[in-house]
Amino acid sequence: MDLSSYLLVGAVLFVAGVVCMATKRNGIGVLMGVELVLNGANINFVAFANYTRLGLDGQVISLFVIVLAAAEAAVALAIALSFYNNHLTIDVDQANQLQG
Amino acid sequence: MDPQTLQTTGLTLKWLLTIAWLLPLLGFVVELIGGGWVWGRYSKNAAYLSVMCIVTGFVCSFIALMTWGNATEWSALKDHGATHGTSHAEPSRHASGVDAHGAPKPAAEAAHGHDDHAKPVAKDAAHPAHDDHAKPAAAVHVAADHAHGTPHHAAPKVVFTGIFYRLAQFGSLDISLSYYIDSLTLVMFTMVTFIASCIHIFAIGYMSEELTDNYADHQVHTSHGHLHRPGRFHRFFSFLSLFCFSMLGLVLAGNIFQVFIFWELVGVCSYFLIGFYTERKSASNAANKAFIMNRVGDFGFLIGLMIVWTWFGNFQFGDLPAHGQTQPGLFSMVRGNDGQMKLHVPESGQAEVVFKNQDNHIQTKPNGEQRTIPYWLLVAAGLGVFGGCIGKSAQFPLQTWLPDAMEGPTPVSALVHSATMVAAGVYLVGRFYPMFTPEVLLVIAYIGAITLFLAATIAVVATDIKKVLAYSTISQLGYMMLGLGLGGWAAGLFHLITHAFFKSLMFLASGSVIYGCHHVQEMPQMGGLRRKMPLTAYTMLVGVIAIAGLAIPYVTLPGGEPIAFSGYHSKDAIVATALTYMNLNGHHLLFFLPLAGAGITAFYMFRLWFYTFAGEPRDKEVYERAHESPWVMVGPLVVLSFFAAFCAFGGEKGLLFKLLLDSEPASVPGGYVAQTEYLSQGLLNLKLPSHEAIHAKHDRAGTLALIMAFVGAGCAYLVYGVRWVNAAEIKQQFSGIHRFLVNKWGFDEFYDMLFVKPTHVVAGWCSAIDRVIFDGFLHASAKAAVKVSDWDRQFDETIVDGAVNTVGNWTFAIGRSLSVVQTGRMRNYVMFIAVGLLGIFALLIMFFPN
Repeated sequence: MDLSSYLLVGAVLFVAGVVCMATKRNGIGVLMGVELVLNGANINFVAFANYTRLGLDGQVISLFVIVLAAAEAAVALAIALSFYNNHLTIDVDQANQLQG
Repeated sequence: MDPQTLQTTGLTLKWLLTIAWLLPLLGFVVELIGGGWVWGRYSKNAAYLSVMCIVTGFVCSFIALMTWGNATEWSALKDHGATHGTSHAEPSRHASGVDAHGAPKPAAEAAHGHDDHAKPVAKDAAHPAHDDHAKPAAAVHVAADHAHGTPHHAAPKVVFTGIFYRLAQFGSLDISLSYYIDSLTLVMFTMVTFIASCIHIFAIGYMSEELTDNYADHQVHTSHGHLHRPGRFHRFFSFLSLFCFSMLGLVLAGNIFQVFIFWELVGVCSYFLIGFYTERKSASNAANKAFIMNRVGDFGFLIGLMIVWTWFGNFQFGDLPAHGQTQPGLFSMVRGNDGQMKLHVPESGQAEVVFKNQDNHIQTKPNGEQRTIPYWLLVAAGLGVFGGCIGKSAQFPLQTWLPDAMEGPTPVSALVHSATMVAAGVYLVGRFYPMFTPEVLLVIAYIGAITLFLAATIAVVATDIKKVLAYSTISQLGYMMLGLGLGGWAAGLFHLITHAFFKSLMFLASGSVIYGCHHVQEMPQMGGLRRKMPLTAYTMLVGVIAIAGLAIPYVTLPGGEPIAFSGYHSKDAIVATALTYMNLNGHHLLFFLPLAGAGITAFYMFRLWFYTFAGEPRDKEVYERAHESPWVMVGPLVVLSFFAAFCAFGGEKGLLFKLLLDSEPASVPGGYVAQTEYLSQGLLNLKLPSHEAIHAKHDRAGTLALIMAFVGAGCAYLVYGVRWVNAAEIKQQFSGIHRFLVNKWGFDEFYDMLFVKPTHVVAGWCSAIDRVIFDGFLHASAKAAVKVSDWDRQFDETIVDGAVNTVGNWTFAIGRSLSVVQTGRMRNYVMFIAVGLLGIFALLIMFFPN
């Protein structure tokens, strides 16, 4: 197993996440896409940690990213809930009040 | 009197007079701060407060006079003066600053400088022997004998002087509030407070029409008819109080600078009171006129003050202790203690007056030279100070303000413009007397003589009852000045006091007439009023007889005194002095003018009385409505008429005259002489008459004056009393003279032509220059500025604003167009991010392949 296979998995995950974010209208789906994107990046960090001189730094950063993802999920879910309370839907296309 | 008594008396007098002086100020302050608002316009409290202050002041002054008399054991009233030269030649005794600086200097101590005493004697001996002149030389001899230790028993002159508060000190020059108390001060205090009390009480009645919110002034016309304004009762009384304070301060003042301060205060009060009916154009003009003409005189006063400051370095009248020794006052510096000026003529010509100190020693500078003042500067200082008196006492040529000042309410005319304020000028001449050289005295005498004649002639044709009294005031002030100028020091001030009584009486009586006739002042509308207002008429008659100087001929009282009212005695004293002076020095006008004046005075005063009170009423309507005034106004008239009749009882042997005589400067009674042979040019050889000489001439002068007075009164009776001669025909006959007199000798026109018109012309030019050149320049520059700003606006609006707006508009347009991107849809944004990221990668790879 060399580095490029890990990177490939990471890239697939990332693209899958981006596509998920770009296509899903359900807010929860979008959040799941975000998780995919973050974990694609995490795979890159740990892979580089193993195969390059990045070392433990890469692993620590990925741990930060996980924590960050958890926090982000908590906040985002709170937003989703609040949005649902107000609009009785979590369709992100409905949340267009900020349009120019 | 032992030093202990002297000291206690000094303290008592000081505090009594201070209370009398400051109480009216207290009244003024209370009325000013609280009066109008606290008590309201219907309240008479302001009047009661003022009356209380001034009456208390009178009581204090009277007690002070009694204290002084008891302390001196009434030595002033014991027979001296006219017959005993010795008591006057004696050194005056100054109880200097008794409160602050220990025991006063005993009189005997003053007499140890025999060398200096001897000098004036030698000078006098060098004079050609003259009847009137032999005495003074002897008198000085007596003084010199005292200096050698001869005991003496005659009463010394007592003066209390000291400092209340030191305001500033410039080198040797002190500016302080101080006091100078002698019998003149005490008599003036008592007179001023007494007359002011009467007038205050009278004014309660006279000014009662002001006790309203809606006073109708019938002399001011507005577009809605007469002017209506709130009454000003309390304001009137607060000004009266302030005036009393100023006048008393002037009398109490112990230095010439303090006199000047109160002099100006008195002027300001006069200004306020003349302009009391401030809405009347004539009143405000009269106030301005009085104030400005007084400033002309005060200019001279200031010059005198500056000369005194520069050369004497001292403003104090009396000797004061300073730095452990006695600092001689102005009077001692010029006259020493024997009343003689010491002249010194250096080789180079100009005569100088040598400064002496209170012991008659010569003052020296640190380098041993004598301290001196050039003789001509002393003359100039005297003339300057007298200039102030000319303004204040309305003497020729500044007399025109006083008749106009009758625009004020009548109590003001009585108090301010007849009895007291105008008396301030006469008082100052009397107070400053030792500083005047014989040349200055001659000027004073001539000014007085001209004034008395001029004003008396104008009074003959005046028809306004108050104007007649105003001119008579000017005329009587002229008598006083004449008396002072001729060396009749006590005679002039004697007339000042008696005149104050009968003139305030007559003014108040005229006020009562005006009040009773509902503000009619023209005598041709009156007549027969004695039936309507008998008390006013007969009290006024007392005043008229007093001023005219009538007496009952050939009948005398047991003491040899003629039966006469006060004016007879005082005018006689002046005329007698004038006669003696004429016999000594020539100057015939100085006797014949007052003699003629005596006749004219009697004529116009009786004319006034007959015109107003006698005969048939001329104007039925005025007569029908006329009524006697209430008791609050008539009461003071009765009181004053008593004093107008009897205040001078006894004449020259009477109480009042002797009290005044006690303060007479040592220079006067001996008859002093201008020692002109020492002057290079030999100015004027003047001798002042001595008491003995005046006394010798007294009967002749008195008879002449009495004949003149009877002639005048008789003429008035014929013309206006029984109307035996028709006044209108006389007027027709002498229409030229009549017009001349009605025009007041053309003084107003003359001043108008000489000062007012040229001032207006010059002011016209100045205003034209202002309008054309300065205003033109200003307007042009303003227009240019407007033009430039116009361009500036254009530039601002098009270029600066344009640029800013354009940038703004662009930014807005771009923002607007970019806002399309903000769709608000998350999925779009994600797409943008992804595509953008790809684009960035593509670019990176394209431009940085490695």
